[in-house]
Amino acid sequence: MQLIYEKSVQGRRAITLDPLDVPDASLPRELCREKAAELPEVAEIDVIRHFTNLSRRNFGVDSHFYPLGSCTMKYNPKIAEAVAALPGFGQLHPQLSSSEAYWPLCQGAFELLYETEKWLAEIAGMKQTCLQPIAGAHGELAGTLLIAAYHRERGHAHKDTILIPDSAHGTNPASAAIAGFKVVEVPSHEDGTMRLDSVKAAMTENIAGLMMTCPNTHGLFEPVVAEIAEYLHQHDALLYYDGANLNAIIGKARPGDLGFDVMHYNLHKTFATPHGMGGPGSGPVGVGERLEKFLPGPRVVKRGETFALEMPEKSIGRLSQFFGNFGMAVRAYAYMRHLGKDGLREVGENAVLNANYIFARLKDAYTPAFDLPFMHECIFTAAPEAKKGVRALDIAKALLDYGYHAPTVYFPLTVKESIMIEPTETESRETLDAFCDAMLEIAKKIETDPDSFHDAPTTTPVGRLDEVRAARQLNCACL
Amino acid sequence: MSQYPNNCKYTKEHEWIRADGAAYVVGITSFAAEQLGDVTYVDLPKPGKEVKQGDSTAAVESVKAASDIYAPAGGRVSAVNDALADAPEIVNQSPFDDGWFFKLENVNAADLDSLMDADAYEKYVGAQH
Repeated sequence: MQLIYEKSVQGRRAITLDPLDVPDASLPRELCREKAAELPEVAEIDVIRHFTNLSRRNFGVDSHFYPLGSCTMKYNPKIAEAVAALPGFGQLHPQLSSSEAYWPLCQGAFELLYETEKWLAEIAGMKQTCLQPIAGAHGELAGTLLIAAYHRERGHAHKDTILIPDSAHGTNPASAAIAGFKVVEVPSHEDGTMRLDSVKAAMTENIAGLMMTCPNTHGLFEPVVAEIAEYLHQHDALLYYDGANLNAIIGKARPGDLGFDVMHYNLHKTFATPHGMGGPGSGPVGVGERLEKFLPGPRVVKRGETFALEMPEKSIGRLSQFFGNFGMAVRAYAYMRHLGKDGLREVGENAVLNANYIFARLKDAYTPAFDLPFMHECIFTAAPEAKKGVRALDIAKALLDYGYHAPTVYFPLTVKESIMIEPTETESRETLDAFCDAMLEIAKKIETDPDSFHDAPTTTPVGRLDEVRAARQLNCACL
Repeated sequence: MSQYPNNCKYTKEHEWIRADGAAYVVGITSFAAEQLGDVTYVDLPKPGKEVKQGDSTAAVESVKAASDIYAPAGGRVSAVNDALADAPEIVNQSPFDDGWFFKLENVNAADLDSLMDADAYEKYVGAQH
């Protein structure tokens, strides 16, 4: 397929403007560019065909099965889109919230924010939540800033280190570092879960908290969370819950009940708002009693029958414009209302059931990475296949020829030649079976024709890309 | 005989360190380079930086992963391998020689005692994988 620049013909235009018939209002010279912008010169139909054809090559959960592990890529129900597009939400000007005089016009939006925060708190057993963070990692930053505020208020500035298990979500160390903490990694046991002993071994008086993902990025539920929470609290350290894998336990277990003090949710994962490359995301932060007064603000509060804005007593301040990505709060609210309590419980149940169904069908053909029961995603190691010349990457590429998005490969880093499959709850048994059939066929082909994998994929718009060259010879001409 | 050079000491994180005149030179092992796959980028420290044993001192990225490189011993960074900036593939081609990362001077000799020799490292890698 040609680039749109390659379709450019000098002088061709989509729109021809009439000659100027009003006085020319020139921009200041310093704001004017010296050379004409290098834009493609094309007719309207060229533009339409170019982008329509590009869109038909798009690959997404609306067109195909997308079993990307570690990052819940689930279907976004269209009812949530319809609700977000209601004019009362979609056309509400955010600036109305900035003056108390206009608050009467914001009551519906305020109520939605208030209710969504309340329900998120209920789902995870938190005291309060705040919808301001606009991405998962932004939620992590909010959470770690809250941990810092807590220790600062107590005069414990020496608590400057965060513990992070090697099975935690990948963004945790970066978030903690940006919040000003030092990071110390805690190794997990060879069975893939955390042990209290390794937390004890890493404990010093400088430990401010520990960030945990549960189920962890090995797809395993952490059996000693409660013991770790109790131990941390004895040492005045807080326990952070990364909500990356909340989908596995929603409606079944609540981080607050397990002893977590602070957490973030990903509305773009668990609550089915759009995900990936521009989502936009939403990473609300939730807190227990200890951290409530530090929450970002302003927050929506209920005064009698009306809603108003208030800054928490010792707020860490504002973390985003207005109230985060409001449209995502609307979608998540619609999703929760649509499913109800029972429906949300079934989300968690079916997410785990589907992952284990795939695991049961593939476990004899591929090597499981761990012996413990998986939750919402299952992980295999392609180390034995790699010895035959077929790496995890080759298996992932081969799946593209079957019409499936590749699973996550080479993550978690603790598993060699890792293949991580997360089907989510929305897929039918027929879809799961067809995917497993493809994986089993690939397993057979690894035995009979390992060399054929190096060309895969062959049926996609572009074949095997040279990833090494792309990374080494980065062309930043567009920056 | 170990398949790893006997004149180096090794860390559990797969760095090697060996004497180089009055200084010490540091890199990653062939095992680490193979595990990482094709190296695409290397982030090196500024000469003069003081490091303690175990400090994250450099970083390496491949198509698969990004990893920190830890100082096998405390000391001061005296030189870095600028050739890696334009040709990170040297790390894969020659991990123990041309693919070195940085040199350390004023090395804390006691730190070296805690490291593995070639035989111990070979056993460690074998046991782990």
